[in-house]
Amino acid sequence: MSPDNHKNIDLKFNTIRKEAEKRRAAFRDAPVPKIHIGMATCGIASGALETKKAFEEALVENNIEARIHTVGCFGHCYAEPVVIIDHPDSGFPPIFYHEVTPGKAKMLVKLFLGDGDPRFEHIYGATEENELIPSVTDFSRFNQEKRIVMEKCGRIDPEDIYDYIAAGGYSTLVRALKLDPEEVIKEVEHSGLRGRGGAGFPTGRKWKLAKSVIEQDKIVICNADEGDPGAYMDRTILESNPHQVLEGMAICAYAVGAQQAMVYVRSEYPLAVKLVTNAIQQAEKLGILGKGILDSTFDLKIDVFQGSGAFVCGEETALIRSIEGYRGMPRHRPPYPVQKGLWDKPTVINNVKTLASVPPILNHGATWYRGIGTQNSPGTAIFSIVGNVVHAGLVEIPMGVSLRTLIFDICGGIPNNKKFKAVQIGGPSGGCLNEDFLDTPIDFDSLTKAGAMMGSGGMVVMDEDTCMVEVARYFLDFTQKESCGKCTFCRIGTYHLLKILRRLTKGEGLEGDLELLETLSQDIQTGSLCGLGKTAPNPVLTSLKYFRNEYEAHAKEKRCPALMCRALTAFYFDLELCARGCDACATCCPVDAVFTTSNRKKGVDQELCVKCGECLVACPPEYDAVRKVSPPHLVPYIEKPPEKNKKDHK
Amino acid sequence: MMLKLLVDNQEIETREGKTLLQACLDNQIYIPNLCYLENVERPSASCRMCFVEIEGIKQPVPSCTVQVRDEMVVKTDTPGVRQLQRTALRLLLSVHDVDCKNCHANKNCELQNIAKFLKVGLKPKRLERYLKETQIDETHPFLNHYPNRCVLCGKCVHICRGKHGQSVLTFAKRGFDTVISTYSVTDVSSLACSDCGSCVKACPVGALALKESS
Repeated sequence: MSPDNHKNIDLKFNTIRKEAEKRRAAFRDAPVPKIHIGMATCGIASGALETKKAFEEALVENNIEARIHTVGCFGHCYAEPVVIIDHPDSGFPPIFYHEVTPGKAKMLVKLFLGDGDPRFEHIYGATEENELIPSVTDFSRFNQEKRIVMEKCGRIDPEDIYDYIAAGGYSTLVRALKLDPEEVIKEVEHSGLRGRGGAGFPTGRKWKLAKSVIEQDKIVICNADEGDPGAYMDRTILESNPHQVLEGMAICAYAVGAQQAMVYVRSEYPLAVKLVTNAIQQAEKLGILGKGILDSTFDLKIDVFQGSGAFVCGEETALIRSIEGYRGMPRHRPPYPVQKGLWDKPTVINNVKTLASVPPILNHGATWYRGIGTQNSPGTAIFSIVGNVVHAGLVEIPMGVSLRTLIFDICGGIPNNKKFKAVQIGGPSGGCLNEDFLDTPIDFDSLTKAGAMMGSGGMVVMDEDTCMVEVARYFLDFTQKESCGKCTFCRIGTYHLLKILRRLTKGEGLEGDLELLETLSQDIQTGSLCGLGKTAPNPVLTSLKYFRNEYEAHAKEKRCPALMCRALTAFYFDLELCARGCDACATCCPVDAVFTTSNRKKGVDQELCVKCGECLVACPPEYDAVRKVSPPHLVPYIEKPPEKNKKDHK
Repeated sequence: MMLKLLVDNQEIETREGKTLLQACLDNQIYIPNLCYLENVERPSASCRMCFVEIEGIKQPVPSCTVQVRDEMVVKTDTPGVRQLQRTALRLLLSVHDVDCKNCHANKNCELQNIAKFLKVGLKPKRLERYLKETQIDETHPFLNHYPNRCVLCGKCVHICRGKHGQSVLTFAKRGFDTVISTYSVTDVSSLACSDCGSCVKACPVGALALKESS
């Protein structure tokens, strides 16, 4: 763009920025306390709406003036609902409170905002270093993270564009618009940014390919069709900081020469849809999107397209088909979408996290970005860590950190003194790794080498009580249901895998099942049409490789070593420990399978027992009499008194 | 422009712009296939049968998706190729109601041809057989559909859409439950269908038949 244009852009943006700074200053300098509440879907699910209402009511009741600032997600799911109270007059720094129930909210208003007592027993930590109270940065969950993409998440109001601009937002777009598109692409290329959707394709190269296509009409799509069970990175970013994604999209569109863009977000994410739509409207109103962006000659229209929740539509060719109005079925590549994409136009499809990485990269420079992470995987990785882990939630770490550091240091390890068993990385089509891999660095190449994959960022941590055959069955159940049904290997092959795994977990395994699982998995990997089929056998192959003894126990001995598969386990009460006359287990049994023996101890009617494990929970710890065994025939015989005794007893 | 290819050590000539599968079929080199339709810009590539190995490419590729290049060196019968083809066929047969003598496509059936070519028995031993409950879907006014014979190649869907501008037949449901369906549209007037029979002709097995009365 011409230097004249540059002046216009600066002029236009400076007015907007001044307004944003004015608003921010008015908020910051207001002589009242500020209450920041995390209100993304995760916060709301944990009761943030009720917490917010409690704060509002308590402020009125106590006649205290304070500002409530709704922000996105902090990433600390284990601590939701999360609230930060900034009460400068109290002399304390801003304080991070966790699990703020409505009751806690009311108390904090009365005692902290009213009387200046921050209630030390409820404090998680101060958000900045100070001399009065420990700071959250003392915790590894805070100080070992490196937030680039999620830097502003939980700090700004996702519904207010000025909040984003005051925090430095859209200034990178301004800078990009004053560069040549080629320079922008070069910078992204130099940064070494790789696609965060899973495959890790170099983003700069993708943009360059799209740029090189002569066709005028190009399209940029932000892929937010996040479908992995238990993963919510993209949703959280869209709900916490949608403008950073839009800014990345605008920069991408400018670089490749597109005037049209789309956010493909699943309709099961209503809050994300609402916030992105709202963000686009706000940006258009200020002239940051739309026609003649910031008085330049660059136009960009961004639309929101709601997917209907098919997992396969995260695959780019299926995603395109579904926008076109067809059934979401993948097509053979090449041609790749950058050559022939949506409506046969060159289309750049990038993941939410990829696009959200672009503004910080251009802002701080490619060299800075290369300095984070590893040689071949620069930057940060965002994981949603769930399962048997103390501090579950969203974590952004530099690439190259080991799994051990991530799971045990940053996320606090395994709860309830259990042992680590496996970690499943990369969503339902990732691999299950055992403890030998704990020192594997987290980057695209190392994970692929280990048989797992980076994927989009789902990570499930499993403790010793998890049966790996059952885990493989669970993931296959998912991928098989989500297969589009187009190609033979994925449609029928995964169904056979599922059926075999199902019979193994029921103790009905057949001769040669393990070998069949292996060869079939390999053929599905090579033979399938798209990424879904190609990666669907990963959980089976990796668990077979690293936990083969468990498979063998299921197949040959009909035994579940983790005591998880119901058909292969049974409960009984150790009569040495069982307390005479105690009825704790019998009263909670949903199927009346617990009977009283002739000496008033307890036995289990194996015919009736559904193996729910309620008795195990109910048995008082001082007796700890409930035993679980596998295979079920190991249960000692305990005589059931004749039926009429039971009636008499009742 | 004519191109020269080396397929299974045999030199063949073909025209630029053809798919590798077509070029081989034109030269009497058979490669098993179920979903391939000539002159379709973007092949469906869904049956996963027409694998070949091409020099310079590590893994087998479906030959319907490859454009011929001059001096391409191709092998159609490597162990890797046969392994995939046999598995694909066995998978298809594991959900196929093998009752050839009562099927109108008997002796004119691609599954039979491929099984013979690959030396695979029609009743595979290692895989369990899973059939759908519905034997015949008779909801369509002109057509009968046999889900347990269907290989879901999608030829009928494609041909129908080309003929009528919209498809009367379409894929329904997901995963293993995927079927060809008319969504139970029974009102003839609202159907674009003209009992032209194109879909029946296109079917490589006996999954579609015109109703006898029509």
